Amino acid sequence: MKIPVLRIYTISYLMFLYCPIIILPIFAFNNSSAVAFPLQGFTTEWFHNVFNDAVLGQALKNSLFVASCTAVLSALLGTLAARASTRYTFKASGPLMALIMLPMVLPEIIMAMALLVVLLSLGVRLSLFTIILGHVLVCTPFAVAILTSAFQSLDKSLEEAAYDLGEGPVSTFRLIILPLVMPGIISSLLICFTISLDEFIVANFLGSGEPLLSTFIYGQLRFPKYVPNIMALGTILVAVSITLLALAEFFRRRGLAKTGAKDTGGFL
Amino acid sequence: MSSDKSTMIEFKDVHKYYGDYHALRGITATIKAGEFFSLLGPSGCGKTTLLRTIAGFEGISSGVVLIDGKDVASIPANQRPTNMVFQSYAIFPHLTVAQNVGFGLRKDPRSAADKARAVDESLAMVGLSGFGARAAHALSGGQRQRVALARALILKPKVLLLDEPLSALDKKLRENMQVELIKLQRQVGITFILVTHDQEEALVMSDRIAVMFEGQIAQLDSPETLYRLPKTSAVANFIGTMNFLPASIISEGGGKVEVEAQGFGRIVLDADKQVTGVASPGGATVGFRPETATILFEGQSATDRETMATVEEVVYYGDMTYYDVLLDGTSAPMRLSMRNVFGRPVLDIGTRTRVGWSSGALVMFR
Repeated sequence: MKIPVLRIYTISYLMFLYCPIIILPIFAFNNSSAVAFPLQGFTTEWFHNVFNDAVLGQALKNSLFVASCTAVLSALLGTLAARASTRYTFKASGPLMALIMLPMVLPEIIMAMALLVVLLSLGVRLSLFTIILGHVLVCTPFAVAILTSAFQSLDKSLEEAAYDLGEGPVSTFRLIILPLVMPGIISSLLICFTISLDEFIVANFLGSGEPLLSTFIYGQLRFPKYVPNIMALGTILVAVSITLLALAEFFRRRGLAKTGAKDTGGFL
Repeated sequence: MSSDKSTMIEFKDVHKYYGDYHALRGITATIKAGEFFSLLGPSGCGKTTLLRTIAGFEGISSGVVLIDGKDVASIPANQRPTNMVFQSYAIFPHLTVAQNVGFGLRKDPRSAADKARAVDESLAMVGLSGFGARAAHALSGGQRQRVALARALILKPKVLLLDEPLSALDKKLRENMQVELIKLQRQVGITFILVTHDQEEALVMSDRIAVMFEGQIAQLDSPETLYRLPKTSAVANFIGTMNFLPASIISEGGGKVEVEAQGFGRIVLDADKQVTGVASPGGATVGFRPETATILFEGQSATDRETMATVEEVVYYGDMTYYDVLLDGTSAPMRLSMRNVFGRPVLDIGTRTRVGWSSGALVMFR
């Protein structure tokens, strides 16, 4: 008999990847403070705890603030970079784009440490804003990647047609380019928001002690009795992340369909 | 084409460089108001660049471009009295058909109702009445083409620029659109400037054609003159097919030129009507179109002169048959096109045949 090697490999690979995540919701509803099998019974107690924890509430607020600012700034910078790289050819545009994309592959811990050293030597006080700074650095390459594909699928003669019909550069951008790349902008907003929301390393290095979700979770894991709460919180985060990513992909695809462009690959 | 028509566009020694690349090399030409003008040439000859200098999308390195008597050097694209139909049509995919067509009216002071009426009229003109509410991205290629036309014409430009507008359509649709464009141009009376690499399209549609090679206008003439009396063998070969025979001039004078052409012998040509090109020392060439010489079937006699030949290749096209024949005394085959009228046989390769021709149909390149 032929052994389906590739099939077995694929299934075990996916199980290894996703089983731990499936564990989260299972224990989030398990009526026992010990995270261990066998399961005891069904409870929503941990979710109640999560929603009633004041520190967690503050961490959530901080995280949402940081993620929103990061998403807006990264999408804005990404729009500018993507527009420049697709519309104009200039000397060093290649190396420049490579520099912008570099944080995508650079070890985050190196970046976080380097940023910390620079900020401290400049005398900048650590706060949520320094975290936002770091997150923008991490997220902008993703925004650039998404938006470059959005700008690339724009036919250059659309812009010329708008000029030809009497519009100036500003109104052309507003009436033609912006609506056509809007799905890409929304998609990069959502992706950057997601990345920032669960980012730990930069948040840990560049924060001044105000809790973010990621650093809060890390802190709680030291106390065994809080672990089920974390399971519940993790379940919520996974659900939110998946929803946001799916939304982002939906908008990216709708943008492609709108402009009738070819799909050149996305994140989902 | 009457000569009293005023000049709409004038190029005076226009040059364009892209870095070291010399894209336009001294274009001097005038385009008259109300004419259907074509820029014809192979890809990379500069025809699209020239069109874009009129639209204002391309600056020029030196020279002058005048539109309706005004130097347009300092006038940006969005203020020129020209509108363009793009090769890709450039229909705004996020807008409806009516929004596309009415796009240029945004700054028009007329009331919304008047603008809507103008959009309807423009759509009716291109045969798309009732399409206004449709989403633009759902249109077919032919429909997009019409929307692009309606969108450009609604602004009543002095000049309509068409950048290979039919190249994306299939053959049948293209031929229909050619006829429609000619009708539309007569109806609106606007100067149309068409860029095309399709010589047939240019011949069918244009009042005058500028044939361009390597950034220069090789010849600017009516379609008939271009076809009948091309200035150079390059033009002759780009527009249709022409056979060439080496020849030498024997005598010249009194409006006549006597030449000795390989395979054809001695011929007397009209110096004004049949001799073309720039005089250059050395050998001349005699040319003729495939349809101006004929294979003489049994019982047929030549209207003027005849030469013996051998059939080397036969290509059957249904209504036509193309023969490559080697005239006695020559070294390269000549292409002949014969209409397949009823009862006429298709000759086999290797057949000896008589070829009838007339010296009046010949052209000589110096």
